[in-house]
Order: sequence, then structure tokens, then C-alpha cells
Amino acid sequence: MGRMLLTACVIGWFLLLILFPVFGVVKEAFQGGIGAFVSNLKEASAVRSFLLTFWITLGTVVLNTVFGTILAVTLAKQRFRGKLIMEGLVDLPFAVSPVVAGFMFILLFGPNGWIGSWFEAGGIKIVYAFPGMLLATLFVTFPFVAREIIPVLKEFGLQQEEAAYVLGASRWQTFWKVTLPSIKWGLVYGITLTTARSIGEFGAVLVVSGSIINRTQTATLFIHQEFTDFNYSGAFSAAVVLALISFGILVFMQKVYGGKRRS
Amino acid sequence: MKSAVNSKSRRKSRSSTPGDLVLRSLSFFYVFLLIVLPLIAISSRAFSGGLEGLWRNIVSPQALYSLKLTFIVALVMVVVNVVTGTATAWVLVRYDFPLKNLMNALIDLPFAIPTVVTGIMLVALYGPNGLIGGLFGRHGIEIMYAKPGIVLALLYVSFPFVVRTVQPVMIELDKDMEEAASTLGARPLVIFRRVVLPSLTPAILTGAALSFSRAIGEFGSIAIVSGNIPYKTQVASVYIYGELESYNPQGALGMSMVLLICSFLILILLNRLQVWNRRHEHAD
Amino acid sequence: MGIRVCGISKRFGDFLAVDDVSFEVKTGELIALLGPSGSGKSTILRIIAGLEVPDKGEIYLRKTQVTSLTTQKRRVGFVFQHYALFKHMTVEKNIAFGLEVRKADGSFIRKKVAELIDLVKLQGYEKHYPDQLSGGQRQRVALARALATEPAVLLLDEPFGALDAKVRGNLAQWLREFHNQLQITSIFVTHDQEEAIEIADKIVVINRGRVEQMGNAREVYENPDSKFVASFIGRVNVLDAVAGDGRVVIKNTPYAVGNPDAAAMKDGDVVLLIRPEDVGILSGPHPYAIPVEVRRIHYRGSHYEVDCLVGSAFLRLIQSKNGFDSLELSEGKKISLVFNSYRVFEAQEGHAEVRAKLKELGYIE
Repeated sequence: MGRMLLTACVIGWFLLLILFPVFGVVKEAFQGGIGAFVSNLKEASAVRSFLLTFWITLGTVVLNTVFGTILAVTLAKQRFRGKLIMEGLVDLPFAVSPVVAGFMFILLFGPNGWIGSWFEAGGIKIVYAFPGMLLATLFVTFPFVAREIIPVLKEFGLQQEEAAYVLGASRWQTFWKVTLPSIKWGLVYGITLTTARSIGEFGAVLVVSGSIINRTQTATLFIHQEFTDFNYSGAFSAAVVLALISFGILVFMQKVYGGKRRS
Repeated sequence: MKSAVNSKSRRKSRSSTPGDLVLRSLSFFYVFLLIVLPLIAISSRAFSGGLEGLWRNIVSPQALYSLKLTFIVALVMVVVNVVTGTATAWVLVRYDFPLKNLMNALIDLPFAIPTVVTGIMLVALYGPNGLIGGLFGRHGIEIMYAKPGIVLALLYVSFPFVVRTVQPVMIELDKDMEEAASTLGARPLVIFRRVVLPSLTPAILTGAALSFSRAIGEFGSIAIVSGNIPYKTQVASVYIYGELESYNPQGALGMSMVLLICSFLILILLNRLQVWNRRHEHAD
Repeated sequence: MGIRVCGISKRFGDFLAVDDVSFEVKTGELIALLGPSGSGKSTILRIIAGLEVPDKGEIYLRKTQVTSLTTQKRRVGFVFQHYALFKHMTVEKNIAFGLEVRKADGSFIRKKVAELIDLVKLQGYEKHYPDQLSGGQRQRVALARALATEPAVLLLDEPFGALDAKVRGNLAQWLREFHNQLQITSIFVTHDQEEAIEIADKIVVINRGRVEQMGNAREVYENPDSKFVASFIGRVNVLDAVAGDGRVVIKNTPYAVGNPDAAAMKDGDVVLLIRPEDVGILSGPHPYAIPVEVRRIHYRGSHYEVDCLVGSAFLRLIQSKNGFDSLELSEGKKISLVFNSYRVFEAQEGHAEVRAKLKELGYIE
């Protein structure tokens, strides 16, 4: 009896909080029919914003995968002074407010910032442009890849790699043939999380973008813009598309998680 | 003494091949560029105007109000989330019901959905024109563009934290302990309070700390659902954004430093909790 | 009467774990539920404690029907295989738990806990946490905790299963003495027949969810009702044989064994079960002598064990050192054997299990 009641309460809460809002936005987006939904998305600024999101996500995934793997290998296999502090710093982006993150990058890479002023002198704009938005996204997604593979690398230990060395494999061969296959699932999972967060990042990108319509607007910024301009149907339509993409990523994540647990 | 130094230096020389050094340098570079340097930049800017100016920024009435609001809504969310999250984990681990696997998979949905989309979805359902919001509106209860909306948004974005930290511990829970308690005469609620709960405490606290950390920094969903009205629904992160939009970075510095220090403290707390959690696991 | 189990059955999905089990335990008795793993003996114990609900049948504790009572109300002491100590409580708190949830008086709890700590000899460990104790100590805490509420019956699930052999022997001895002292009606579950023989007043042999036999150690050992019991309790040789014309002839040999209860035997394949100590070596002629060759001699310290080849099967026998020396046994020597005692069972009955058991004991490959 108590068991049924508790189950009912939990399911009810889950539906009300998590699932019904999804249905709510889908209903609103299709209020004007499918035609209106499609024409909302065909708008030039909408298309451009989704494209920009795509490029930022791609850049973030590539850079954070490469550097995240290097970082994880360093932290998992080497001993050096300051390692503990470095491990703590890796987690920091999870705890920092995205708005504060964006602000930090403006201070550093802005026209008057320490690094930004050099680039500005060379005619390169970082903040209020693509590079700044990429940097901000790199920051907020920084921990995902490293955090997912460090435990796998630690558990994997040194023995198999040492066995490969003894058998004459070079470092590079060992990495490709021994280490990488063992961290494969963790890596894919980390990349998936990075992708999801890159697509969805809003606060940090908003702050560094300067939100210049048609030029520095990502999909999330576009949705926000439409919303604040009271163009609700545009906001709802784009939101449904992003929700759909997230849902796809979630399904993929579950599949990968299955693979990760099996290995 | 001498041999100890020797063996240490030997170990060091063996583990630091040129390849290691390249990897380590790249790691240092990346962490320095993306994390350390921005932190230094913001701290040096914050303290360049002297502590007094910084303090004045923080205690300005509007800033103070938003800071207070941030903490209150975060705390309310954490309390609700701990109860519902633990209950959800319990139901998922211990009971069977139709579509359980589907629900288990969908728990992560809030992590996958962009926060702006979350805000939009909540407005679509709970806003004045939404299906449920309209219902409440007719009875004079405002959800969106008011404090309940902020709590709702925070609950949405941090829902998986408690569930996902408690669930694995619950699965590993030694059922024998509960049976032992029942043979000793303890009723279900007593068993839960005295036997189950103590084992879950580190995990619940970890989930709570993660939710809290997320809540004080959350921006996207709140920017949509709160209406951002100063002295009413403006939270800390929105306050910072407002100051930046009105070209007043000086005003944003104080609040940013407060949030950063909170982040650091929570990270330290989480680290302690992890140590505690590990000890619990190994106490077998 | 302490405990009465009447016709209980329990099914898990397709698997019939307990199949119409009945037995009785007298007040103050210590009995063993003995069986291989998966035989349903733990389930029976859990049903008595109310941790499982039987599909059929009734449980009586001290003449009261308790089948529909919750575990909490049955007042049984239960010791779990892996102790199930509360990890976040000290030894003291663990022992006090049952009294606390029953809202006993504070000073009474303190007195009782101190008494029990004395009884299980854990003085000085009151403030320790379970992970600071050895396996044997944890076991004793679990026992003290179960006894704190003064239960009418004590149920122990593989109480020594998780301990290493040496601690196990000591603790088994200790439990027996402990039981003599307290005289509390107890059932313990074990898969270890030596343990059962050593400490139980009575043994209930369980196989495939059924009671195979029940009796004291000597009855079960010397008069096994079934081939399963015979092979599960103690060590035993198995020889394939053929019954016919009132004779039982060992397969692949011309030799018959003496005086089988031939009238009761169905003709056909049978198995002979002979305990190693029941095999005699003959020095003179005998009507049922079986000539064999000594194949291998094992020195065991206190005695010798000798493997002989009978037809195509190996047979193991035990010889004292004196007997061994006077017979001048050596590998390859031809001797004659006689079976002082043996049992005949039809070949079909539970053959696979017997084989498995023998393999486990190292009799067959």
C-alpha cells in the first residue's frame, strides 16, 4: 500500500516537473500548424544561429577531446608537484556560474584585457566574435572528457602498457593499440557530454558574444532573443528542435553507457 | 637519508621521459590558459580597486537582495530535491512498475536539454498562457516570473544530481542489514531512518552539494522564467549579467567574486564528501 | 516444542526452492539443516524468521502459529551469513539496537549490553566499528546482537561460512558450549557435514527443497535412507554393480558381494556405497573375498589411505599405521578385500549428485 503510494507520488512528480513541460512546448510550437513551425525555422537568422552552434560544438569537441585526453593521461599516469591542485582545477568549471565564466573571458580576452589587447593590436577580435565564444564553451565543457577517462585509466593501470613496451611497441603504438581501446567507451561518453553541453551552453556564450544578430548568435541565444522580443512561436519552434537534438543525444548516451558498463 | 633521496630521484628520472614532459607541458598550458589565467584576471581586476570598493559593490541593496534570493531559492530547491530525489532513487531501485526502464533513462533529460530550452518549456506549461499556469493564474497564483518559477527551474535543471548520486549507493546497499534490523523488531520506517539513511547520507549530501552549486550559478533557465525584476526575482547570476549589459563591469566584479568563492568552498566540501563516501564503501 | 515447520513450500518463479518441508525442533535443541548450496535450506530458515512468506504451510514457534506474523513480531534471533552488522554503528550500538527499537529502558540496555559483551568475550571492543574487527569477532557481535532481545529461538544462516578453516573449527566448538550453557532452541544452516556432525543434536538433511532424512548424527551416518544422504554425509566409495538372481556382482568383475537383501532387490543396475572404514583387508580365505591390486598409498599422518583397483573402478580404504606395517602394503601388491558394511541403491536415483559430491571429495575424476 505504502509502496504503491510512494511510486505514484514519484511518477507524478516526475511527469509534472520533467515530462509535461516537454509536451507543453511541443504543443505551443505546433499551435500554428506544421507550416508555421517550419517557416519559423527557415528564417535566415534561425538557420545561421544553428550553423554557428554547429561550428562551436565541432571546435569544442575536437579541442577538448585532444587536450582532455592528454590531461587525463598526465593526471592518471604521472606524479609531479601540484598534481592535486591541478585535479581540483579541472573540476572548477562545473562549479562556476556560466555568467562568471564569460565575464572572466571578457576581462582576459576583451579589447582591454591582458591577452585581448595584444590580439586587438594585431587586428584580431576574440571577444564578441567566434574565438571568444569557442573559448567560453571550451571552459564550461572542460572537465567532461578528462573526468570520464581518468578513472578508467587509473583502473587500467600500467601493466598492460608495460607489457606492450616489453614486446617492443613504441609509445605511440601502445597508445593506439592498447590504451585507447580500453578507454574507448569513457571517451565516447565524455565526448557525448561535451557535445550536449556545447549545444546547450547559454550564459557564458551570451556574455562573450555581445549578441550581434546574424553574426554571433548561437541557437540558444537565438531562442532567448526571440523570447525577449515576444516572438514566442519562433522561440518555441527553435526550442523544440534543440530539445529533439538533446533527446537524441540522451538516447545515444544511454547506449554508450550500456557499452561502458559492459566493458 | 641519502639512499632515500637517491631512490626518489631514481624514480623521478625513470618516470619522466621526454614524452612525459611534453604531455605534462601541454596539460599545464591548457589548464593555465583556460582556467588559471581567467581566475587571475578576474581576481586582480577585483582587488585592483581596493577591498573597500569591492565590498561596496557587494553590499549595495540590489546586489544584496539578489544574493539573498539566490541562496534562499537554492536552499528551498535543495530541500525539495533531497526528498524527491531520494524517493525517486528508492522507487527506481526497489520497486517494479510499468515503463520503469524508460523513466530511469529519462532521469538524465534535464542534463541533456539546454537550460534556455528548459526555461522556455516551463513557460510554455506553467506560464500565464500555459496549460497548468493558466489554471493557477485563474486562482491568483503566479508561478512564472515569480519566485516559485525560479525554484521550479532550479528543480528541473538539478533533478538528476540527487537521484544519480544516491541510486548506485542504494543498489549496493546490503539488504541483510535491513533484514537483520527487522528480525530485531525494527519497523520499516525505523529501519529506513536508522539503518538505510545513515548509509545513504554521504551520497545524499553529495547530491545536495552538487545541486546547490548548480543552483547558485544557474543562469539560462532563470533568465527566461524569472522575469529578472530587481528586488523581486533577480538572482545573482542575472544581476551580474545586468551589470555587464549596462556597461558596469565594476559592479559585476563583487558578485562574481562571491560566487567564485562559493564555488571553491563547494568543491572542497565535495572533495571531503568523496573521502567520506569512499570510507563508507570500504567499511566492509 | 520449540519450532514446528508444517508442510511449507516456496516457489521462486519456475524454481521450487522448498517442497513440502516438515520437521520439529524440541525446546532447547540445536539442530542443523544440512544440504548442498541451492538445496533450499537457507530459504527454510528465512521462512521461519518471516523474511520470506511461504506459498503453503505453517510455522509454529513455541506452540503459537506465527505464519502470518511479520518478522518484527516473531521475536527470533537471526545471525546472517555475512553478519549484516550495521556498519555505521559501534559494537555496543549494534548489540543495543534491538532493545532500543523495542523501547527498552536505558539502564537496562546498558546492563544487558555489558552482559552480552562479556558472554561473547569482546571486552574492550565496545567502541569499535565492524570494519575494525576480525571475521570471528564480527560473528560474535552478530550473535550477541541476535541474543540481546532474548529471542525464543535462534536461527543461524551458515554461521561460519565466511570464516577460514581454523577460526571456523574454534568457533564451532565455542558455539556448542555456548548452546549448552544457554539452552536456547536453535537451528543452523550449513553445507559442511563435519560441522553438522560436530555440533548438532540432530541433523535435517535437505536436498532439492525436500527433507531427505532427519536424525542424530549417528543415525544419519550409519543408516542413510538414500544414496544422496549416504554420499553427502561422510566419505564414501561408489561401485557400479548389477543385481540379479539374488546376487550383486561388481561391474567388470566376476565378484559378488556378501549377503545382500536379495529379495528386496530389483534386478538391474545398482550402485554400492561403501565407506572407506568399512573395507577390510583379509589375511585368510573368505567366501566373498575380492582380489585387488594396490595402486596408490597416501600417507595421512595418523593413518594411511589406500587406493585399489576393483574391476575398472577405484576404491579407497583406510588402514591404521599398525595394520599397514603388519600387512607390509606397497604399491603393486595383490591383496583381498571384504566389505564389512555397505548399502545398495538403484542406479537411477540422484546419480548425478552423488557423482558431483564424489568429484568434490576427490574420489573420482
